[in-house]
Amino acid sequence: MIDWVSDLLFWIVFGSILLFLRGRRIFWTVGALGMLLLFNQFFTPGFFHLQVLDGHLYGSRIDVLNQGAKVMLLSLGMVLVIATGGVDLSVGAVMAIAAAVSSRLLVTEHLPAGFAIAAALVVSILAGAWNGVLVAGFGIQPIVATLVLMVAGRGVAQLITEGQIINFLDPTMVYLGNGHLFALPFTLTLVLLMLGLAFFLVRRTAVGLFIESVGDNAEASRYSGINARQVKFLVYAFSGFCAGLAGLVACSNIKSADANNIGLYLELDAILAVVVGGTSLQGGRFYLVGALVGGLFIQTLTTTLYARNVSSDISPVPKALVIIAVCLLQSESFRTRLARVVRPSERVLQPIGSRPPQKPITMTSHDSTES
Amino acid sequence: MANSLLEIVGLTKSFPGVTALDGVDFALRGGEIHALMGENGAGKSTLIKVLTGVFPRDAGETRLEGKIIAPRSPREAEGLGISTVYQEVNLIPHLSVAENICLGRQPTWLGVIRWPAIANRARAALARLDLSLDVNRQLSAYSIAVQQLIAIARALDISAKLLILDEPTSSLDRNEVEELFKKLRKLRAGGLGIIFITHFIDQVYEISDLITVLRNGCRIGCFATKDLPRIKLVSHMIGKAVHQVEALEQKRASAASIRSEAPMLEARGLARKGSLRPLDLDIRPGEVVGLAGLLGSGRTETAKLLFGVDRADQGTVRMNGREVRFDSPRAAIRYGIALTPEDRKVAGIIPNLTVRENIVLALQTRRGSWRRLSVAEQAKLADRFIQALGIKTPSREQTVRNLSGGNQQKVLLARWLAIEPKLFILDEPTRGIDVGAKSEIERLIQSLRQDGLAVLFISSELEEVVRQSQRVVVLRDRRKVDELREGEISEGAIMQSIANPNLERTGA
Repeated sequence: MIDWVSDLLFWIVFGSILLFLRGRRIFWTVGALGMLLLFNQFFTPGFFHLQVLDGHLYGSRIDVLNQGAKVMLLSLGMVLVIATGGVDLSVGAVMAIAAAVSSRLLVTEHLPAGFAIAAALVVSILAGAWNGVLVAGFGIQPIVATLVLMVAGRGVAQLITEGQIINFLDPTMVYLGNGHLFALPFTLTLVLLMLGLAFFLVRRTAVGLFIESVGDNAEASRYSGINARQVKFLVYAFSGFCAGLAGLVACSNIKSADANNIGLYLELDAILAVVVGGTSLQGGRFYLVGALVGGLFIQTLTTTLYARNVSSDISPVPKALVIIAVCLLQSESFRTRLARVVRPSERVLQPIGSRPPQKPITMTSHDSTES
Repeated sequence: MANSLLEIVGLTKSFPGVTALDGVDFALRGGEIHALMGENGAGKSTLIKVLTGVFPRDAGETRLEGKIIAPRSPREAEGLGISTVYQEVNLIPHLSVAENICLGRQPTWLGVIRWPAIANRARAALARLDLSLDVNRQLSAYSIAVQQLIAIARALDISAKLLILDEPTSSLDRNEVEELFKKLRKLRAGGLGIIFITHFIDQVYEISDLITVLRNGCRIGCFATKDLPRIKLVSHMIGKAVHQVEALEQKRASAASIRSEAPMLEARGLARKGSLRPLDLDIRPGEVVGLAGLLGSGRTETAKLLFGVDRADQGTVRMNGREVRFDSPRAAIRYGIALTPEDRKVAGIIPNLTVRENIVLALQTRRGSWRRLSVAEQAKLADRFIQALGIKTPSREQTVRNLSGGNQQKVLLARWLAIEPKLFILDEPTRGIDVGAKSEIERLIQSLRQDGLAVLFISSELEEVVRQSQRVVVLRDRRKVDELREGEISEGAIMQSIANPNLERTGA
């Protein structure tokens, strides 16, 4: 009974949000998320079940928010990198480095949690800055420049942990990925804080305009006096920072730092989240909230497959199919074609002769301005 | 019109908010060069795009040799015998000439490309234009003019009946245009129907048999070129009476606004290896200095050095007496220098951003990241310039890509006027834009001058340089060969300076 009411309330809120977003780019991303949730409402028993335990909310939707935090954090950095026309493949490896640094300082060196976390974040920013120097300073193609750290980063993380999987029980570290705030997972607060920070950084300053300008036409941006190097350096450093936070959340989730597996393949999920969020891989216009919703969508998909007991070996297949469908839905030309198939009567090619015959062609002017 | 090659009746096409074509009629016979004239946004490009199947039509019909056609893609149009060569050479620079000519229709044998056949076919296609080139060389090894001819050869390779040339001459110099016209006359004699779109009125009178004028998506009329006085053509295009146009054209630059004799910008021996030989240049506040010379004579290179796009490796530049050194446009902008580049699409507009964002960009850059202009301030600024410069756009939130060339140029001018520059370098500001916008921009330049700006004006159209400038610097082969002062400036004098091999009044 309670579930029934809360579900209804959920859909009313969701529906109004969707209605409010009509005509915006993000509409399709939120709509896709809605369709996925609607599917679960009817076909995945227990997906919409909410439960209160110890004053905390539990349920599949809460799981999505909690588990999706990592991809959402990554996508905030990734969306800015992609907007400049680049890509950051190293975020998964940077997550592993951040996890390794924090747990090593915490467990092996017995340093306080606050220090360990801060140090991990600083190292992540440095890792991002390294990418930034390669791309902006030396003009190396982003995919190659970040591939270096993607491959080498896990090795660095292994060096830091000395090949061990470091377990920890420090309450502060554990709270990061498992704690609750206002009855909801703390990670949600973290994501929202980061969204706020990103929003402030790019939309309250002119950096967002510069990013879009550089991504859309780098040459013309230079002629307008924009310091493209600075802009690019900044987005890679920020992406490193986001990856560091995601890495801390990831190792906190499992209370250990496993350099081999933390953040594995998450860079691909983050890129997908950005694309699903409506930002083009060619750069230019970007959508911060879109990227977050994209991340949420991908996590919902993962959780759905999990809840429906799809074996993790084959789950990439349905995942890929759904993502292709979403990308097609966002494509303007696909939508027009679809509309043409659905309503063949509205063929864009009008039947010839549907317009009354025109005046005959003459060799004189019918202009009266010269009088 | 029984023997029409192409007949278009009542062609209509609207886009959201605009009727781009409103019941337009058009007819073309084989062996005829038919010019399509009109201001930017008059519907010329839309007409071509509908004709070649880039856009679907809303209404109307097209007949080719009496048969109704409705191509749905440029490829289909090519199959019917309608080939188009666009303003920008749409070829692939890194492929060979032969590959470019045959691209998409390579002769194959069991799916394997037959390279010798490609080369032969390319040679045959070029022979139609009396061109003999090494077809195995990279396309980019040839000049733009030759590339243009290669593009035409490619278009004709598909047994074309109808050739459409959209602004084919805008990047060519006088001799190259002459060469192109010779080939076009030959093709015309061979019975090909040619639609020719250009902004150069001289060229229309040189080459075309008929002129169809469009304005605001409507056909104004079709005229025999020899019976239509130029002034009337212009009046048809801009929709103003003849005497109004005459008044516009006679407005000449008057001097006496030069405020001080001390130059604002003083360049001495400015040079860069492979781009410009040592050059002296002074520009005073309230003065328009024209930079004349053939394409490739070093005009754009001079602008790039002054604006810090390229770094000079010799010489000094002083702004208001202080020596300055620009290693990036950013540094130049700090000193109040602005530049609208020759190539609007590559170095000017940010295509997918809005008119508002494009206008505020330079000002925002100068303010830095932290002092962001609020959206309200941006809107106010954009609206002010949209009104002041008469930028035709449905709203300030329109993406710039969707604006016509003239309006894009005005957006760029607005971007720089927003920073209130002291020296404005205008590199071909009127290229590829229509008569109306051209005269508006010319008037704007004169009013800027009267406000005490220093202007460096670069243009291929001598007439324009003469009309605008108080002083003209003539370049040839990347060096300054002459400087004409007030009273000496005329088209003839500039041409003589360009042509006279004995003139070499360089400083340094």
